[in-house]
Amino acid sequence: MHVNRTEPLVLGIETSCDETGIGIVRGRTLLSNTIASSMDEHARYGGVVPEVAARAHLEALQPSIDAALAEADVALADLDAVAVTSGPGLAGALMVGVGAAKALAVSLERPLYAVNHLVGHIAADILDADAPPLEYPTVALLVSGGHTSLLLVRDLTGDVELLGETMDDAAGEAFDKVARLLGLPYPGGPQIDRAAASGDPDAIRFPRGLSRASDMDKHRYDFSFSGLKTAVARWVEQAEADGAEVPVADVAASFREAVVDVLVTKALNACRDHDVPRLLLGGGVIANRRLRDVALARAAEAGVTVRIPPLSLCTDNGAMIAALASELIMAGRPASTLAFGADSTLPVTEIQVAEAR
Amino acid sequence: MILGIDTSLGTAVAVVEPDGVVRAEISSPDPRGHAEVIGDLLVRVLAEATVSPAEITAVAAGMGPGPFTGLRVGIAAARAFGTGRGVPVVPVPSHDAVALAVLLRDAMAGAETPRFAVATDARRREFAYTIYDGMDDDGLPVRVAEPALSARDDLDATLEVHGARRLDAAEVPAGMLALAAARAQAAGRTLATGDALYLRSPDVAAPTGPKRVSA
Ligand SMILES: [Zn+2]
Repeated sequence: MHVNRTEPLVLGIETSCDETGIGIVRGRTLLSNTIASSMDEHARYGGVVPEVAARAHLEALQPSIDAALAEADVALADLDAVAVTSGPGLAGALMVGVGAAKALAVSLERPLYAVNHLVGHIAADILDADAPPLEYPTVALLVSGGHTSLLLVRDLTGDVELLGETMDDAAGEAFDKVARLLGLPYPGGPQIDRAAASGDPDAIRFPRGLSRASDMDKHRYDFSFSGLKTAVARWVEQAEADGAEVPVADVAASFREAVVDVLVTKALNACRDHDVPRLLLGGGVIANRRLRDVALARAAEAGVTVRIPPLSLCTDNGAMIAALASELIMAGRPASTLAFGADSTLPVTEIQVAEAR
Repeated sequence: MILGIDTSLGTAVAVVEPDGVVRAEISSPDPRGHAEVIGDLLVRVLAEATVSPAEITAVAAGMGPGPFTGLRVGIAAARAFGTGRGVPVVPVPSHDAVALAVLLRDAMAGAETPRFAVATDARRREFAYTIYDGMDDDGLPVRVAEPALSARDDLDATLEVHGARRLDAAEVPAGMLALAAARAQAAGRTLATGDALYLRSPDVAAPTGPKRVSA
């Protein structure tokens, strides 16, 4: 199949969690970033319910594709390729996107690129028209409700190494859970942020997971937030048992500080250890102002340049999937075969899935 | 030329001429793995039918009932194919395809078809069933009871009450699905809404509040 390898027009489909994302890019130019979220439907459960998310994807896909095409002002027949997230993510949710992408590619007789969601988060940065080109190598910290990963990116299309990841909850999940035990609604990130605004981040010293000297051997770049969540719960329960009013602002600020501290410390450790003066931040939790501020301030002290894609491209979206496929196409890579599925635990080293030989 | 796609049990695809001639029909019985095989099956069925995607004028989507994870793959694929070609997607209850096959076979043999129920495994010790009685003037199976769930051990008793013979199906013939869609289109009728026939709610309960962690 002939593919336009300079400035390809690519439609990307992303359904790994609770956002149905359809993105359209031409080369490195963003034409549409259409997102339908089922977040409201999950609110009463306090977290993403996989079956609810998958059902919502099925209903949102068609209207989202139509909206993206209209916004980009292109026709499906103009597309050079279709791209889709193969993993990692929620299996049932991913399958909706995979089924749709395969049928769309077959119907249009266009190549299909099945790609890695986490690497897609890095590719989002390429679409930032105002930023200078991405330089390699770079350390990337991806933080969302679904993942907390530290990566070393030597080449977006060919060499991404996993340095560390969360051993239990994702950072975003920890925000949701702590919000819940403070009686705050879902999603927890913005709620904790609001509550923390008037709080003292140093009021309570919550534990920094996997940060002891003894952890530095095996888990230097790994994260753990379940111990922190338990520590906050204990602290709140103790305060209640003592008959004291829980200082929600201080608890929220101190909890947030513990999360931010460990994220930034480990990311900058990775930069120093690998002699890489560049750090890219991605994922929905980057919307957290305190995380951005602390990262920027401490990176500046360490002589590390920080890149943050526009927030609309940090949350899960189809544009980043299209952008990654576009890079693969421009790098001359063949399309994927149609023999792949949803891989909920796809390792980050697999940038493209089922690449044709 | 109508493309039929059903993933309510295994994965089944077919290309059918509007008058009912099945040009090609392929299925994979694997009750999982729908997302893996759907693309290759579509390519193969079009090749076997010697039909290009541009020649497809409608897509029949099997709406279930079926276990939800797999069922969605086919519906998503049908809708995407329809969007890709700019052709209508015709939702068809998956049991209608099984029923149509039975009715056509009996009619061909000159036999009467007494009232019957199509039953398929719905997992979790349950069956999904739909009751049919004959074919109408449009050549479509007459549904006398909409798809429903029954506990595995209660199905026979339930069907006896309805006076329906039980007919277990392990696969959905995509050719018959496409034919049902063609006949519905010709008659200007709709066989199902665009909603997947999950028959089950998503299985979640709202949380009761944070669990205590202190002893
Ligand atoms: Zn993500």
